[in-house]
Amino acid sequence: MRLQNQRQVYGETLLELGRNNNNIVVLEADLGKSTMTVLFEQEFPDRFFEMGIGEANMTSFAAGLSLTGKVAFTNSFAVFATGRSFDQIRQGICISGLNVKIVGSSAGLSDFGDGATHQSVEDIAIMRAIPNMTVLAPADGTETIKMIRKIADYNGPVYIRLNRHDLPDVFPEDQEFVIGKPYMLRDGKDIVVYGNGIMVSKALMAAEEMEKKGISVRVVNVSSLKPVDEAEIKRLAQNMKGVVTAEEHSVIGGLASVITFSLRGSGIPFRHVAIEDQFGMSAHNYDELLEEYKLTSDNIINAINSILLYFER
Amino acid sequence: MTVTELEKKAATLRLDIVKMVGVGQKGHLGGSCSLSEIVSVLYFYKMKHDPKNPKWADRDRFILSKGHAALIQYAALAESGYFPKSEIENVKKLGSILQGHPDMTLTPGIEGNTGSLGQGLSMACGMAAGLKLDKKTNKVYCIVGDGEIAEGQIWEAAMAASFYKLDNLVVFVDKNRLQAMGPVVERYDTNPVATKWQAFGWHVTETDGHNIKEIIEVLDKVDKITGKPKVIIAHTVKGKGISFAENVVAFHNGELTKEQFETACSGLEN
Repeated sequence: MRLQNQRQVYGETLLELGRNNNNIVVLEADLGKSTMTVLFEQEFPDRFFEMGIGEANMTSFAAGLSLTGKVAFTNSFAVFATGRSFDQIRQGICISGLNVKIVGSSAGLSDFGDGATHQSVEDIAIMRAIPNMTVLAPADGTETIKMIRKIADYNGPVYIRLNRHDLPDVFPEDQEFVIGKPYMLRDGKDIVVYGNGIMVSKALMAAEEMEKKGISVRVVNVSSLKPVDEAEIKRLAQNMKGVVTAEEHSVIGGLASVITFSLRGSGIPFRHVAIEDQFGMSAHNYDELLEEYKLTSDNIINAINSILLYFER
Repeated sequence: MTVTELEKKAATLRLDIVKMVGVGQKGHLGGSCSLSEIVSVLYFYKMKHDPKNPKWADRDRFILSKGHAALIQYAALAESGYFPKSEIENVKKLGSILQGHPDMTLTPGIEGNTGSLGQGLSMACGMAAGLKLDKKTNKVYCIVGDGEIAEGQIWEAAMAASFYKLDNLVVFVDKNRLQAMGPVVERYDTNPVATKWQAFGWHVTETDGHNIKEIIEVLDKVDKITGKPKVIIAHTVKGKGISFAENVVAFHNGELTKEQFETACSGLEN
């Protein structure tokens, strides 16, 4: 599978959008080389706003820019973009539904070395809780490109979280991205795995392994966490023995919450592959951290097996 | 509009504020009344705006960063004709277009949602930057409170405004010297105010915030200053024009008795 970096393609897509639309403006809080807004800055210095290490002001400033007809993209690490600017997002942007895109970079545990202060385990939960907010978590680079193009044309607040690392391509090149739509990437008839972000490619690996053992696993990419097509989530779970959710986020308020709420009353067994109610920590590499937090394809396989075992008893 | 006419406007707005506070309901009387002259000058002398076309592209913008003083802005918008004057009777009623704090989605003429203190100035800066990008000459006016400037975000915005040379931005500090819990100097002193703004790279002037002639002069004068944002420190009296409420903390967000309501009204009608 081809690998792409979400940050890199985000920076390139922003640049492409900037070339086609003079109203695109980009705000940065001194992390442009990491968030890759540096690409936009180099070509459009006038439409790029370095806001210094001040996320709160950056976010409200973006609200002001949007009030003059600009499509404003704010950038920082996910933990700061959502945490340090929560009130600014809530009060100045979401109550009035302003056209500001909050881009959370190095989301989840992907900033492995920097530890708990820089790793976002709850960004999706807090953004989902705000009325009027759209919340997205792309599975790979291809979907990131499609999402960024789409949200630039959508008039309203959006939060999107991006991974720091190269991720395997899983989203079909010829598939249009529509806000709210879950995407079945592999069909199966025994178990359905709903995943997002880095966990989608891991779910596909798990499905392949299970196939060898005669277990048929459906994999659904739920990259829109809000809004989400609940009827489609329900349809995709029909006649399944069980449901697994897989996300690089706290088990509270993210995909696990979205799916269990969508399937409430169905009686279908669930297993969640997610970060327990705890903060991140430093590690020397990302994979080591994902193993520590039980976010691997083996963990998804274990979750599937535990549902199957339940039926064998 | 002449100075005398603007003085009359300020009295009318003050009376409307009192009517909106009404009897037996809490309302932000003090910090709205301290702004009556400044807001009158902005809406009826200084700002380019069109009540019949609130989204007119060439209008000046007004952001009330101290959003709890919404009553003064509602009074000015109603008086300008953005909505029928009768709407002010419905302030804060369930389903009203006039919320407890400014809401641009409900009230014609409101330019941004404020109320969580410290954020309006950043929004005003963003607007000023957006207008500059479009090579427009419209101005952005913003009012912050002297209690509000305890918010750290005010100073983040102050840095950004001077860094980006937002000379189309004019900010008033409503220095009424009282915050919700008491005198600013006692509760949490934000002084010295002028030197702080100077240090952040702003052009600083001061004015008597209740002297129409002086407010006009200072506003016209700062138009000529280029290359930096401008702040006008307006010395005001909280509760100004309401005899029993002047400099009284309780009327930050207080109730009026029937007698007080009548006293306030008769004082302003004369």
